[in-house]
Amino acid sequence: MKKNWPLWEVFVRSKNGLEHRHFGSLHAADAEMALENARDVYTRRNEGVSIWVAESKNITASNPLNNGELFEPAQDKVYRHPTFYDLPDDIKHM
Amino acid sequence: MKNNLYNYILGIADNSLILGQRLGQLCGHGPSLETDIACTNISLDLFGQVRSYFQYAAKIAGDQRTEDDIAMLRKERDYKNVLLVEQPNTNFAFTIGRQFLFDVYHLAFLTELQNSNDFTLSVIAKKCVKEVSYHLRFSSDWVKRLGNGTSVSKEKMQEAINGLWTYTDELFYQTNADKEMVFEGVGVDVTKLKNNYYSRINEILLEATLEIPESKWFQTGGKEGVHTEHLGYLLSDLQYMQRTYPNMEW
Repeated sequence: MKKNWPLWEVFVRSKNGLEHRHFGSLHAADAEMALENARDVYTRRNEGVSIWVAESKNITASNPLNNGELFEPAQDKVYRHPTFYDLPDDIKHM
Repeated sequence: MKNNLYNYILGIADNSLILGQRLGQLCGHGPSLETDIACTNISLDLFGQVRSYFQYAAKIAGDQRTEDDIAMLRKERDYKNVLLVEQPNTNFAFTIGRQFLFDVYHLAFLTELQNSNDFTLSVIAKKCVKEVSYHLRFSSDWVKRLGNGTSVSKEKMQEAINGLWTYTDELFYQTNADKEMVFEGVGVDVTKLKNNYYSRINEILLEATLEIPESKWFQTGGKEGVHTEHLGYLLSDLQYMQRTYPNMEW
């Protein structure tokens, strides 16, 4: 049975105001069942207030083989972090 | 009054206890990881409800017995659950059918129990209504899926509904304790839930493209402690540890 059920990715918002985070994946016949399954598999310990599901095949992912050209050029460019400013003492939470 | 209330609570609690145990037997054996967890979640909801009821029953009994003693150490005849909930997990369609036929009743019952004169029972009912609404959503969704699925799933679902139908009328049977509690404004008059129950069931069976069984012959006995052969085996599982190692804890 499971072989026939497509895979779904589950995103859960833990608290109002926070963003949905990827929690994992599961099998389900359709979107409605995916939501119910996600509720049972991923929110049984009070983890969430909202669930999104998306069929895995609809997600376009970057290819790990391209990691070199995609991500490595950023490694030696620390100046892209805004850490070189002198902040006045009165500014909090930066 | 005290005795009737005690028996009345047991009548409600035993349904959840025995159905919870039945669903718990599926732990690790569900048809898929997702439905396995769903069934055991429902089982845990039911056990949670059972604890509230038995804690209250133990307080009313006022003797040395704890909630665990009342739950685990009665003899078969002293369990007052309806026959429906003790029926075995023959296959997934039976598990779903049993759940569905009980959930429609359970939700209607708890909705009314919220208006009980008895404060504790009304508070327990308020908490349980949300849980049971989800149970019904889950079970009726699956009845529709299996009914509208393949010819095999439809046949199995129909078989389950036909096989379990004979246990539905007992849901509306009243014991003496039930009648007394209705008279006192504590209990729910289940006879008044019957028409709505069958029309709700019929609606969902129609949506599931399943046939409504025509059989008019119904089994009773569970509420008076006279059970089908399945309960004894279930209780021997449930009670084994306490019977073999009395007072054991972990």
